[in-house]
Amino acid sequence: MTIKLLGSRFRPAKGIDQGILDNHRELVDSINRRGILRGSLTLGALTMLTGCELGHDGSIQTALRAVSEFNDDVQAALFRPDHLAPTYSVDQVVKPPHFNAFYDPEDVRPVEASSWKLELSGRIADKTPWTVAKMYDLPETEIIIKHICVEGWDYIGQWSGPSFKLFLEKIGADTKAKYIAFKCADDYTGSIDMATALHPQTILATKYAGQPIADPYGFPLRLRTATKLGYKNPKWITAIEVTNVKPGGYWEDRGFNWFGGI
Amino acid sequence: MRTKLAQGNGMVKSTQRQPPRLHPLAVRLMHWINALSVIALILSGWKIYDDAVILGWLHFDDSITLGGHPETALQWHFLFMWPLMLNGLIYLIYGTVTGRFMRKMFPISIGEIIATIRETLSFKLSHDDIRHYNGVQKLMYVGVIAIVIIQVISGLVMWKPIQFSELTALFGTFQNARIVHFVGMALISGFICVHVALALLVPKTIVAMVTGGPRDEAGDDTSHSQQSTAH
Ligand code: HEM
Repeated sequence: MTIKLLGSRFRPAKGIDQGILDNHRELVDSINRRGILRGSLTLGALTMLTGCELGHDGSIQTALRAVSEFNDDVQAALFRPDHLAPTYSVDQVVKPPHFNAFYDPEDVRPVEASSWKLELSGRIADKTPWTVAKMYDLPETEIIIKHICVEGWDYIGQWSGPSFKLFLEKIGADTKAKYIAFKCADDYTGSIDMATALHPQTILATKYAGQPIADPYGFPLRLRTATKLGYKNPKWITAIEVTNVKPGGYWEDRGFNWFGGI
Repeated sequence: MRTKLAQGNGMVKSTQRQPPRLHPLAVRLMHWINALSVIALILSGWKIYDDAVILGWLHFDDSITLGGHPETALQWHFLFMWPLMLNGLIYLIYGTVTGRFMRKMFPISIGEIIATIRETLSFKLSHDDIRHYNGVQKLMYVGVIAIVIIQVISGLVMWKPIQFSELTALFGTFQNARIVHFVGMALISGFICVHVALALLVPKTIVAMVTGGPRDEAGDDTSHSQQSTAH
């Protein structure tokens, strides 16, 4: 059983062979869609008749988002703070990790270790920015866990770095607050709930398979949590905020479920 | 019949019960809520599947899916899982408590199934009495109910592989649950095609699933809800 990726936005296709087709896929698709030969009564045609595109009409979208928020609450209630995700052995680790972002690997803008700073804001006692050296000084936790993408693919990765709980305690974060928001060097944004942040398998990863994380996978700092889908693990983190106001995120604002728990 | 007599001699008041309908209102409501949920789940599921296909050659065109984008399809999928699960649970309790399952779907004997197939092939299958499901109908209904239950379990595993890790263990891995969920979708789709085709061949079954159908002496014991119809 092979898992093939078609037009994935989380793991853009690479390679020259597919290039030409991929570059024109949207055009090809739209021509296909409009083709008169496909004039049969499809769901698409039905929705055109009723004058609303299912899911993108305002009121339907509002209703779908409301249900999605209800599902956030259900997931928060189902979350087991001490329940550990299965871990794997070193020889099951996939190297290098899978690339995933909202753009192609060629477009990654590497972060300079020397100029990198981690800004802190919100309900935090000590907001002094962190440097790479200071980050590497913290004791490391290693987790060999599955990365599961909302699209359905997964792989086993070996991540290490300070536990997020330890880090939050170090900076005097209000761990009774509800949310943590992240900003990233590539303008990605994300956020998670406090319960997940304090989970023993949530770390601020600095290393993959014992080596500093390579540029395309989030150097120098990314989140790795065993209990959330891939898109809830921001890479190239540059700012962390502890807040009680529910933050959004790059994919979440586009309609992907906010909690994104697994 | 009993009602006619009762009304005829004018002796029995409205407390006299009529036999229940073949498909009481509760069954009809549950059936159509289920049909809508299953179809919406399949169509949105196809869109979700397209992002990481299991069979390299199989890709569902946007025009036959629900939700123009994966995120919208996911929203539809995670909306309709609720009516599917709640309605399904109520139906299972209803079918057990009222004895409907035992009366209409069990026992199923191999002999009965073979007889149905024989009668079908010799064009002798009778549709006069739609109150009794034949061997093939029984098998299909029990089968699809079982598959939908497995579908809910494999779906829960993909939704929460870590929180429900005990359930995930039943499948081994997350990817196995995906494959089971995919095969379940294919079987349910196949069921719907056959089920709807057969219903269209004997249209009075559809009428019955909408209006309730003939009175059935051996119908579901839903005494509380049926009483009001006698007034
Ligand atoms: C829009 C499509 C559908 C139509 C037109 C339809 C029609 C019907 C009809 C007419 C009956 C009465 C059966 C009979 O006399 O043999 C029936 C029963 C049944 N249908 Fe459907 N159906 C549809 C979709 C579904 C779906 C999607 C499922 C499940 C996945 C389903 C499951 C069942 C079951 C289990 C029964 C037996 C119910 C009972 O007696 O308690 N149907 N359907």
